[in-house]
Amino acid sequence: MSEHSTYKPANGVEKWIDDRLPIIRFSKEHLMDFPTPKNLNYWWTFGAILAMCLGIQIVTGIILAMHYTPNVAMAFDSVEHIRRNVNGGRVIQAVHAVGASMFFAAVYIHIFRGLYFGSYKAPREILWIIGVFIFILMMATAFMGYVLPWGQMSFWGATVITNIFSAIPIVGDPILQLLRGGFAVDNPTLNRFFSLHYLLPFVIAALVVLHIWALHVPGNNNPIGVEVKSSRDTVPFHPYYTMKDAFAMVVFLIPFAWFVFFAPDILGHPDNYIQANSQVTPTHIVPEWYLLPFYTILRAIDFNVLFIDSKLGGVIAMGGALLILLVLPWLDRSPVRSGNFRPMFRWFYWLFVLNFIVLTYLGAQPAEGIYVLVAKFCVAYYFLYFIVILPVLSRIEVPKPLPASISESVLGKAHA
Amino acid sequence: MIKKKTIIAVLALAGALFAGPAFAQEEEAGGHGAVHIDKQSWTFAGIFGTYDEHQLQRGFQVFREVCANCHGARLMAFRNLSEPGGPGFSEEQVKALAAEYQIADDTVDGGMRPGIPADRWPSPFASDQEARDANGGAIPPDFSVLAKARGVTDAFPFWAFNYFTGYQEGGVDYIRALLVGYHDEPPEGFELPAGRFYNDYFPGHAISMAPPLFDGAVDYVEAEGEAAVPETVDQYARDVSAFMMWMAEPHLVSRKETGFRVLLFLVVFAGLMWATKTRIWKGIEH
Repeated sequence: MSEHSTYKPANGVEKWIDDRLPIIRFSKEHLMDFPTPKNLNYWWTFGAILAMCLGIQIVTGIILAMHYTPNVAMAFDSVEHIRRNVNGGRVIQAVHAVGASMFFAAVYIHIFRGLYFGSYKAPREILWIIGVFIFILMMATAFMGYVLPWGQMSFWGATVITNIFSAIPIVGDPILQLLRGGFAVDNPTLNRFFSLHYLLPFVIAALVVLHIWALHVPGNNNPIGVEVKSSRDTVPFHPYYTMKDAFAMVVFLIPFAWFVFFAPDILGHPDNYIQANSQVTPTHIVPEWYLLPFYTILRAIDFNVLFIDSKLGGVIAMGGALLILLVLPWLDRSPVRSGNFRPMFRWFYWLFVLNFIVLTYLGAQPAEGIYVLVAKFCVAYYFLYFIVILPVLSRIEVPKPLPASISESVLGKAHA
Repeated sequence: MIKKKTIIAVLALAGALFAGPAFAQEEEAGGHGAVHIDKQSWTFAGIFGTYDEHQLQRGFQVFREVCANCHGARLMAFRNLSEPGGPGFSEEQVKALAAEYQIADDTVDGGMRPGIPADRWPSPFASDQEARDANGGAIPPDFSVLAKARGVTDAFPFWAFNYFTGYQEGGVDYIRALLVGYHDEPPEGFELPAGRFYNDYFPGHAISMAPPLFDGAVDYVEAEGEAAVPETVDQYARDVSAFMMWMAEPHLVSRKETGFRVLLFLVVFAGLMWATKTRIWKGIEH
């Protein structure tokens, strides 16, 4: 996108640098002059908010690692030591713990924004696929992070989730033992989870770079889903979107701070204030809220299908629920991106959102009675949405007429 | 200009954001929720809540004279007792208090020495097994963070409001209820195992801990010019629960104070950012 750049080295030093490593030129092109559709709404600010969340988690996490002890005898007390004795420790620890929830809240909004406005469609398939990988890595990272305080939910969550892998035929048990570093969740598990929990965020950061690179090739999608036609449709990223994103980030920090300072424990589970004990199983083992929809899908398969037993079936369903996102660009063939112009799609989309919230709710309920039946319906709809509804809709739906361009759309709005 | 639709969407989103995590919460009492537990009014509840110094001192007295015979508090240091936002003992008082206790220390002659303010509260038993042997097979749980390790369950949809009120007193509500929830005789038809006691609020009702409190068990010193605090089980239970909350969350007051400054800053800053953003975008149709 160098053609958009107005960069001229201001002096000899900049010229000298520019001839060798054009990093100033690069920053100007991509962080300042980058042409961005002028009609982006606030749903588009979550990209920047997520970058901020990742930064917060990495910075607070690095500081926590300076005081944390990854040993089963000391982990629990070392986290309490951080909260009680380390200078600023209780704020840093609370920001990190609450930050995980805020990170997921933002990523779910970001994903659902992409689903509604068709951001996964050509030419943004790779951008979308990288995003799915980031999401999966985030879940792995968050899960391992939750194990580190070595409370009861940490321990039993780790036991239940690692146990999932044992369902895989033949290689399942070796994978399980490799993950745990033994036959049961114990000190080796804690050590490797700590190591990986420190590593994965940097892998995520690298993927974020690719994600932004893939974004900067076709440029942003936008609420009407019509590609940028001319420079009249865009504004430079700076100062327009730097300012808008910065405003949105500050607003996002308000509920964030509310939780950190006034309800730091409300997003967690009381049982995690009990040190891990392999002899006592909690009444209900519940993962963190952001993993619940997929936990419901895992548990919903309680029947055997041919030679696949229910345990493996659950694992396939849960894995499939994530992996199906990878092929979404080829399932939804409608040429219209934005849900605003797809009258039928909108109904199914909002039902999908509702369905996803119900899946979250069910994950926290015991698997009994009516919950089991509802869970099955919800899981069925989750998959039907992708496999049947979207492909069929793209054939039968008559979209509303699209505006000719972004400029026409915003002018029409202004005069309406 | 922010349009009406956007505002509605943001409100709906905020609702969903708070509701999402809320779902995870509902089943979280870990089995304590089977019985309804009355919420109490605590001085440290809500965004303006702070600890009542006198109540913490009374609670400490109950803890020290009754609970500490069996329960440890390994994360609490003596010095915490004189820190701001706590029971408000003076440093001299804490020094004198610590010296009353013998602390196990491998580096001194005889292996024991008098405590200093930096020491942690000594455990009543040398090992888990010793604790178990002395208590009919049950380990008395450590008190350090116990008030945060218990909770109560609210029925749908009331738990959702907790995210906005910041209700986090489920643990103390449960502990207070437990302490006043003993019955001399189990209800008819209930098989109480030997060595257990019937409690309304304990999961399964058969608890290993004998009723620890009785009226008059602890002598409260009367403060001059103030009404005498009743020496009843209910009052003891309240006071020691409050003290346990402080033990689990000794910096609650400073945390909230910081929170007000942070939120005030963020709201003002957001306003300025909004004004700047609007100014920059002025004249751009979007």
